[in-house]
Amino acid sequence: MTLKARRPDAFSPGRTPPFEETAKESLADAQLRRNLGKATQTIRRKRAAAVGEMPDWEALREAGRALKTRVMRHLDEYLLRLEESVTRAGGTVHWTRDAGEANEIVAGIVKGHGAREVVKVKSIATDEIKLNEHLEREGIKVHETDLAELIIQLAGEESSHILVPAIHKNRAEIRELFLRKLGVEGLSDDPADLTEAARLYLRERFLSAKVGISGANFAVAETGTVCVVESEGNGRMCTTLPEVLVTLMGIEKVIPSWRDFEVFMQLLPRSSTAERMNPYTSFWTGVSEGDGPQEFHLVLLDNGRTNVLEDERGRQALNCIRCSACLNVCPVYERTGGHAYNSVYPGPIGAILTPQLVGIGRDPGPDSLPWASSLCGACYEVCPVKINIPEVLIHLRGKVTRHKQDRGGLSAKLNPENAAMRAMARVFSDPRLYELAQKAARVGQWPLARGGSIRHLPGRLAGWTEVRDLKPVPRQTFREWWRESRGEG
Amino acid sequence: MLERLGHEVEFPFAQTCCGQMHFNTGYQREAIPLVRRFVEVFEPYEVVVSPSASCVGMVRELYPMAAGLAGDEGLRERVEALAPRVFELSEFLVRRLGVEDVGAYYPHRVTYHPTCHSLRMLKVGDAPLRLLRNVRGIDLVELPEAEECCGFGGTFAVKNADTSAAMLSDKCHNILSTGAEICTMVDNSCLMHIGGGLRRGRAGVETVHLAQILASTEERG
Repeated sequence: MTLKARRPDAFSPGRTPPFEETAKESLADAQLRRNLGKATQTIRRKRAAAVGEMPDWEALREAGRALKTRVMRHLDEYLLRLEESVTRAGGTVHWTRDAGEANEIVAGIVKGHGAREVVKVKSIATDEIKLNEHLEREGIKVHETDLAELIIQLAGEESSHILVPAIHKNRAEIRELFLRKLGVEGLSDDPADLTEAARLYLRERFLSAKVGISGANFAVAETGTVCVVESEGNGRMCTTLPEVLVTLMGIEKVIPSWRDFEVFMQLLPRSSTAERMNPYTSFWTGVSEGDGPQEFHLVLLDNGRTNVLEDERGRQALNCIRCSACLNVCPVYERTGGHAYNSVYPGPIGAILTPQLVGIGRDPGPDSLPWASSLCGACYEVCPVKINIPEVLIHLRGKVTRHKQDRGGLSAKLNPENAAMRAMARVFSDPRLYELAQKAARVGQWPLARGGSIRHLPGRLAGWTEVRDLKPVPRQTFREWWRESRGEG
Repeated sequence: MLERLGHEVEFPFAQTCCGQMHFNTGYQREAIPLVRRFVEVFEPYEVVVSPSASCVGMVRELYPMAAGLAGDEGLRERVEALAPRVFELSEFLVRRLGVEDVGAYYPHRVTYHPTCHSLRMLKVGDAPLRLLRNVRGIDLVELPEAEECCGFGGTFAVKNADTSAAMLSDKCHNILSTGAEICTMVDNSCLMHIGGGLRRGRAGVETVHLAQILASTEERG
């Protein structure tokens, strides 16, 4: 791996580089390209088969979309109902505006119980607020218990996929890491062996930790039930063995009623892991005496989400159920990997979620993400809740561009792309100028055209001719041919 | 080809660009005058046919968004009236006219790349393939991983040139594996991109628009 570990991302303080810069690094990494290509192509085929056997898939998608859209429209009401239900069941609800508030509340709960270690089930929202770093600073050791999350944590890296955080690593790389970090001897690179080594290491952590931390896939407003969907059973351990359980969830995860699981429990497993039924689905409602954690805290996180709600077209990004089907079919993600996005939310969904959550015009990294797509539309086709990702990408490109034009001052006006686009818009607005431009290009291209091809373009357009030729403007354009053959115009 | 089928074809010289490049790159205010121009120029016609799926997609799927951005209710209504009459060439022939054999002759080994916007935005399905299967003399061969994007994506090819190039190299590899001498599709922009990549590699494979194949006859190659 040539990728630098622990680089700042869109949710850490400071600025992040634009996508096209970080993508260059990952595109040149042959091992990464091979690992990712193989993994995404396999899961893509499996998903297509799992979805293909459902006669009512389109109706389910529509139901998922409708449910999530209703939640976003009445989010305030559903959240209040959720708080009421959780409180009634013996839990405590905390409302937090941003990462700082959420981190302080969680650290406060852990310290309040005198705990020096916590076990965690994979949660992207906690990665978003950099909870692990905060707890470590407070002297609390965090053990990630999802196998892939553990690998990432041991390697000191960031997740590169929503569902399969270590998708960029192969088993030989994982074996080497375990030999180094877990001190296991005589380990082979057989997946069963690797899993056993992790299992032995994690069991001790589960049994000794006093506090468990989880995220949430869903929380039911009607009953106060929180749900975690996972494949390994580690989540079940985290949410049942410790005395105290803290769940941190983004406010968009609330669903109206228990019955809605009928829709989501069909959509999610088939879209994410291509499974007909999810292996470990944990539900808990507040506190049950003598069974499981005796103290339960639900931390509700805003961190930019209510700002996203303001944008009627953009807010469909909040409907995401984190299945990662869009990552697996994305031709850009398949080649650049997740780290190129510099966000805990990579891939197509990350490209529309990240810039909206952190806010437009604050950091070149997230501002560049709406352009990290060829708009091929494969993501929209597979999204189980029908988020029109290409439409939101285009919408956000407009927002970022307008922000630059309107607040960027003189440098924005002089920006070569801006100037060229405005000039072209003027030419395209006038058929006479348009035809003149065609003629001018035919004259102007002579120093560039060689043997019927243009092999080098100047300035920003050089990106085109790095790997492609360009056909010059022909001796006769379509318009000229039409005029000549029909005597029109 | 359209005239051969008995249609009266006009080419309004007042037309320029549909505004897709501006709109999809983020210069959406700049695209609005182009949207207005398109609507004005093409409104009087019964049917508008374009040999570019992504331009048709722009008109049908994104013009309403552009009209909304312009805050112009009148424009939105005119867009909604015009958009259903705008067709990509293959869908016009197969879906609207019910024609699958246009009497073409093209004695070459050809592979077909379904462009993203024709496939996923316009959902033209197998319309281009139906037309190709009826071409006399053609040796039509299947393209592996055909539905994968070629990496063009408008200004994506320049802004994210490296990622675009990585996608292009896989597309070219698949085209070469078919042994075809011609790769055809229904989008000029993807033709320019894939054609440019093949020519740079001196691959000896030509890219040709579907319309050119359908227009070829035994009399006129």
